Amino acid sequence: MAAQTRKSWQFRRPSVLPGFGLALGVTLFWLTLIVLIPLAGLAIRSSGLGAAKFWALAADPRTLNALRISFGTAFLAAILNVAFGIILAWVLVRYRFPGKRIIDAMVDLPFALPTAVAGIALTTLYAPNGWIGQFLTPLGIKVALTPLGIVIALVFVGLPFVVRTVQPVMEEIDREVEEAAATLGATRFQTISRVLLPGLAPAVLTGFALAFARGVGEYGSVIFIAGNIPYVSEIAPLLIVIRLEEFNYPAATAIAAVMLILSFSLLFVINLIQSWSRRRYGYGA
Amino acid sequence: MAHDTQALAPGNYARVGKATTERPLARWTLIGISLVFLLLILLLPLAAVFFEALRKGPEAFLEALADPETFSAIRLTLIVAGISVPLNLVFGIAAAWAIAKFEFKGKAFLTTLIDLPFSVSPVISGLVFVLLFGSHSILAPYLQSYGIKILFAVPALVLATVFVTFPFIARELIPLMQEQGTSDEEAALSLGASGWQTFWYVTLPNIKWGLLYGVLLCNARAMGEFGAVSVVSGHIRGVTNTMPLQVEILYNEYNFVAAFAVATLLALLALVTLVLKTLLELRYSAEISASRRH
Repeated sequence: MAAQTRKSWQFRRPSVLPGFGLALGVTLFWLTLIVLIPLAGLAIRSSGLGAAKFWALAADPRTLNALRISFGTAFLAAILNVAFGIILAWVLVRYRFPGKRIIDAMVDLPFALPTAVAGIALTTLYAPNGWIGQFLTPLGIKVALTPLGIVIALVFVGLPFVVRTVQPVMEEIDREVEEAAATLGATRFQTISRVLLPGLAPAVLTGFALAFARGVGEYGSVIFIAGNIPYVSEIAPLLIVIRLEEFNYPAATAIAAVMLILSFSLLFVINLIQSWSRRRYGYGA
Repeated sequence: MAHDTQALAPGNYARVGKATTERPLARWTLIGISLVFLLLILLLPLAAVFFEALRKGPEAFLEALADPETFSAIRLTLIVAGISVPLNLVFGIAAAWAIAKFEFKGKAFLTTLIDLPFSVSPVISGLVFVLLFGSHSILAPYLQSYGIKILFAVPALVLATVFVTFPFIARELIPLMQEQGTSDEEAALSLGASGWQTFWYVTLPNIKWGLLYGVLLCNARAMGEFGAVSVVSGHIRGVTNTMPLQVEILYNEYNFVAAFAVATLLALLALVTLVLKTLLELRYSAEISASRRH
């Protein structure tokens, strides 16, 4: 992300360093072996199904529902993460309060904590008799075994993506911009909503995209809290696992292919919006 | 933690005036929202892991950990991470050397390809290896005739883990090495050092903390990976169960104390990772990477 601004020097410098062939060779060999061949295998397997069969498998109501749940909950969780992530990043960048260092370090917990651990911990907390669940049950809010539980798990795994992409850009905001807005008579709220937040848009979009992509594919933290009721709280990755356990490889392959196509095209669209907003607002992200 | 010096101290706020900061009420509301949110989403789950593990006392906790299956899960997790992380370490350094130190066509595309595993669901990361090595694949007859077992065994666990953690170290090193430029290496070369000497005595010392940072994150993910490993492991108890898979099995058997006991080990791993990572950021922020200085 930081590379874009520094690209100019690389073109000027002709290289005398050795080892390019070896380094690139190792990289391409390993990339091909570990990533490209396996992914190509998936593409070949799904195209081998034939269009009619692929379509029949992908349009299966249970599959469609699982995809809808996966993408829907991931979208909602990414939105929530954007809202709370911006507040959190702002608080961490601008304010001083006791325990700030620890809070800052804790934000990365979801990166470090294995998803299965997060899954069982969240399930225990939000179960009807759990520490948090017991307060929600009287209000008629059911979290465990519902799509709401999925959203909470995805908020957990996605949070650091938004905070960690927005935070460094916020640190670089020029105070003079705010001062200028203030001297021109803007209220604080106007300064934030009209001057500061638009400049953060590319970074926020990156964070959103990362959290969303992670949420769509997330498995470990979700399966415990979701209850996995078909058509209600069954996510697409789980359906892949179920089909695999039934040795129904064609169905598993088709769901995986649809998921990959959808996520890649979404990321592509977000990239387009991003490059547009970067041109429009000028902050790097 | 560069922003600490940038962030205005209370005295400075007064000088700048109210127009460029929020009123105390707004400030404390935002801090309050952040703290409550983090408490509900991050801290309570972490606390719950330890609480549930010790719910029936330390004896039950230790008994759960002393189980031979748990033991074999720990061993397997260490083996898988012990193979995957060095593999990605070598790859990460090679990729960063090619991408950061040289200018060539298709570089952006190569970077995108390296990042690809980040946007693939862990389950799909496992699935691709099942399709490649499973009983229906083109490779299956060859593997069978040579008696090579990949799926539902350690090789597949390693492959899936390498796939999932593929971009970690490269991602960490590329911006760092780009920032450092090539002048140090050029100086070493002009003084007569060989390519390997240059790498060993010049580049490696420059990137060692960034490398450690990447290894730390890569290792945390490798040991904690669940989805991809779950698909290729076959869940053979005491044989192909890593620690996260053992947590799942114990939890699904309603053996909550044991599940959370194993989970505490993973949570401790996460906490140690976070502490080391924070120390690295505080102590060596300039030598990690520009994008990580916060």
